[in-house]
Amino acid sequence: MRLVFAMAETHERAPTVIDRYYTRWYKTDMKGRSCEDHCILQHSNRICIITLAESHPILQQGRKIKSIDYRISDGCSRLNNKVSGKSKRGGQFLTEFAPLCRITCTDDIEYTIFSCIRGRLLEVNEDILKRPDLLLDKPSTDGYIAVILPKLEESKTVTKGLLTREEYEDVISKRNTQPQESL
Amino acid sequence: MMLSLKDKDRAVIRKLLAAGCCGRCVLRFCCVGKYSSYQQSCEDIEKELLAFLGTDDAEQSHDASGETETGDPPCKKMKLESPGENASAGGAPEPKVQSGVCVACVGVLQHFCDQSYAKQVSDVVRKGEYRFDSLMFAVSLPAQLSVREHSLWLHIKKEVREKSMCLDKEDVVQVKDAFKWAVQGLVGKELGASVLANSAFEVSVGFAHPETDGDCHFLATECPDCFKPTKNKASVFTRMAVVKALEKISDTKFLRHYPCPPVSPSSKCTPLDTTCLHAPVFIAGRYNKFSRELPQTPWVIDGERRMEGSVEELIANPLLTAFKADGFNFCSSGREDVDVRTLGNGRPFAIELLNPHRAKFNRSEMRQLQETINTSSDKIRVRDLQIVTREATSRMKEGEEEKTKSYSALIWTQKPITPADLDCFAKIKELKIDQKTPLRVLHRRPLAVRQRHIHSMSASYLDTHHFTLQLRTQAGTYIKEFVHGDFGRTKPNLGALMETEVDILELDVESVDVDWPPAVPE
Repeated sequence: MRLVFAMAETHERAPTVIDRYYTRWYKTDMKGRSCEDHCILQHSNRICIITLAESHPILQQGRKIKSIDYRISDGCSRLNNKVSGKSKRGGQFLTEFAPLCRITCTDDIEYTIFSCIRGRLLEVNEDILKRPDLLLDKPSTDGYIAVILPKLEESKTVTKGLLTREEYEDVISKRNTQPQESL
Repeated sequence: MMLSLKDKDRAVIRKLLAAGCCGRCVLRFCCVGKYSSYQQSCEDIEKELLAFLGTDDAEQSHDASGETETGDPPCKKMKLESPGENASAGGAPEPKVQSGVCVACVGVLQHFCDQSYAKQVSDVVRKGEYRFDSLMFAVSLPAQLSVREHSLWLHIKKEVREKSMCLDKEDVVQVKDAFKWAVQGLVGKELGASVLANSAFEVSVGFAHPETDGDCHFLATECPDCFKPTKNKASVFTRMAVVKALEKISDTKFLRHYPCPPVSPSSKCTPLDTTCLHAPVFIAGRYNKFSRELPQTPWVIDGERRMEGSVEELIANPLLTAFKADGFNFCSSGREDVDVRTLGNGRPFAIELLNPHRAKFNRSEMRQLQETINTSSDKIRVRDLQIVTREATSRMKEGEEEKTKSYSALIWTQKPITPADLDCFAKIKELKIDQKTPLRVLHRRPLAVRQRHIHSMSASYLDTHHFTLQLRTQAGTYIKEFVHGDFGRTKPNLGALMETEVDILELDVESVDVDWPPAVPE
C-alpha cells in the first residue's frame, strides 16, 4: 500500500514544496529594528525568495495592512524592474541593505522590507498590491515579497550572516522567554 | 597513345619537366582526364612522356633527344630542355633540381600512389575493425600546393593557351583528384570494398610538407583580409583561405613575391595518420521510466554526480556496445523530472550514435538489442526500437508545442474532501492558465508568462485528503506548478480552484501523443 494512506490516517502532512526544494534562512531584527525578521527561501538552483518571517510585527495578531509600496524613492521603483533573456539582463542589482518595499499598517506604522542578500532582482509580487491580505494569510508562499538571483560565484556565500532555521528558533524562543526590555 | 596527349601538349610537357614536375603532374597540366592514365607507375608515365617528346624531336630535328631514350632515369629532365626553349621561358632562373621531388605535388603523386602505400592505408583501416561494404576516400593536402600550382600555371599559361584558347586553370586536373584516381582503386581492392563518391564510411589520408609551409606566408601580407584568425584553426593558412587569396592576387604581384616556376623541394612530403570515420547512425524508439529516482540525463552538480544512472545511459550503453560507437547524443520529445514516471506507450526518443564501427542491424537483431536493454534494468523499458534516418528524427520535435500530453497526479488537500467535491473537474474544459516561468527552472530560462491549455481533467477520490487527478494538457504545461501554484505564480492553480492548499505527491506521464517513431510489430 502506498505511504500516503498511512499519513492520511495520522493526519501528518508530507513535506511541503518549501521543505522539499528550499532552505530557510533568516535575518532577525533587520537593521537593528526589533523583531523585524525576514525569511529568505533559497532554492537548490540558488534562486532566493524574500518573505516576511512569521515573527515579523506585521504578521502579529490583528494587524491590518493599509498600503504596500515598491517605489522606494523618487527615482527608484522596484515595479520598473525588467529582466530579459536567460541571463536576466537589466534586473536591478541589490545589496543586502537595499530596500524592496515599504508596508504601512492601518495603525500608520511603516515597515521597510529589505533584500537581505546580494543579487539581481528578478521579480516583485504585484499580487499583494491588489490583495494585501495574501501577505497576512500566506506570508511564505503567495504573499512573497520578491525573487532574487544571487551571482553564480556568490551563491554559496550569499547566505553568510543569515541564521539557519534552528538558530532562528533559538532567537525567537529566547525573545519570548525574556521579558521585553523597555527601549 | 596510352596517355592521350596532343601534339600541342609537347611545349607544355617540355616546360614542366624542365621545371621539375613529376609525370603525373605533367598529365594534370595537360588536362588528361582519363583515370587509367594516372594508374600506371610513375616510371612508365615518365618513360612514355619522354617517348612522346622523342618522336616529336625525331620528326623535327635530330639533336639531344636521342640521349633521353637510352634508359636514363626519367627525372633528369634538365637534359630535355634545349637552350632555345630556356630563353623563351621569359628569362626565369633555371631551377636547380637535385632531389627529384616534384615541384608541384612535393611527392604526393610520386611516392604515395603505389600498392605499398595502399596496403599501408588498408592495414590501418583493418585495425579499426569497421564493418563496411563501400567507402569514400578523402585526402587532405598541404595548403601551399595551391601556391605551387598557381606558380606553375602562370609558368605554362601561354603554352596551354596555344593548345586551346578555352583552357583555363580550372581545367587542370587537381592533385587531389589525380591522387584519388591513382590510389583509391588499390585501397578499395585491398579492403574488398567499392569506392564511391558518397559513402557513410570515410577513409581519410593526408600529407604534410613542413619544408614548404612558408610558401603561403607572403599571401598574408598581400591579402590580409583572407587570413583572419579563427578559434578552432591551428593556422590561418587553411586551404580555403589560400585559394581565396590566390583568386584575388594579381599575376604581377604574385610573380613579384613568388618564384615561377617554384623552387624544387629537397625532401618529399610525409604521410599523416590515416583516419576512419563512419557517419552517425540514428536509433529511435519510445521509453517508459518506472523509477522516481532516475534522472533522464546524468545529474551532475559542481562536477559531482547526484544520482546513479540515467534513462539515456540505460538505453545508450547497450547500443554503444553493439554498434561499437565512440559516443552518442540523446534527444527526446520533452523530458520528465527525476521523480516522475513515464508510463503508457512511453516517450519518443532518438539517439545519434557517433562513429559506429558497425552500422547494419536487421529487424531481428534490433529486436534482440531491445531485449538486451529491457533485461538490463527494471527501471526503464523501450519499445519500437529501430534505425531511422537523420531527417526523420526532426519529426519528433515538429509541432512539439501543439502536442497533447496526459498525466496522472496524486494530490493532497489540506481541507478534508468528499467524492462530491471532485465532481467539478469533469466540467472544466479547455482551461486557460497563465504560468510564469517556474522558480525551479528560472535560473536557466527567461522570465515570461506563458498561456497553456488544460484540455480536460478528471479526478478519482482516494481518501479525505487525497485524490488522483487525470489531466490532458498542451505540451509545455508545468503540471507540478499548476497543482501547488508556485507561490501563486501559476494562475489559476489547483489550490485556487479548490479553495484550499494542495500539494502534488506523485506525478506520472500517461502518454506523449507524438506519432513518431512508427510502431514496430512484435
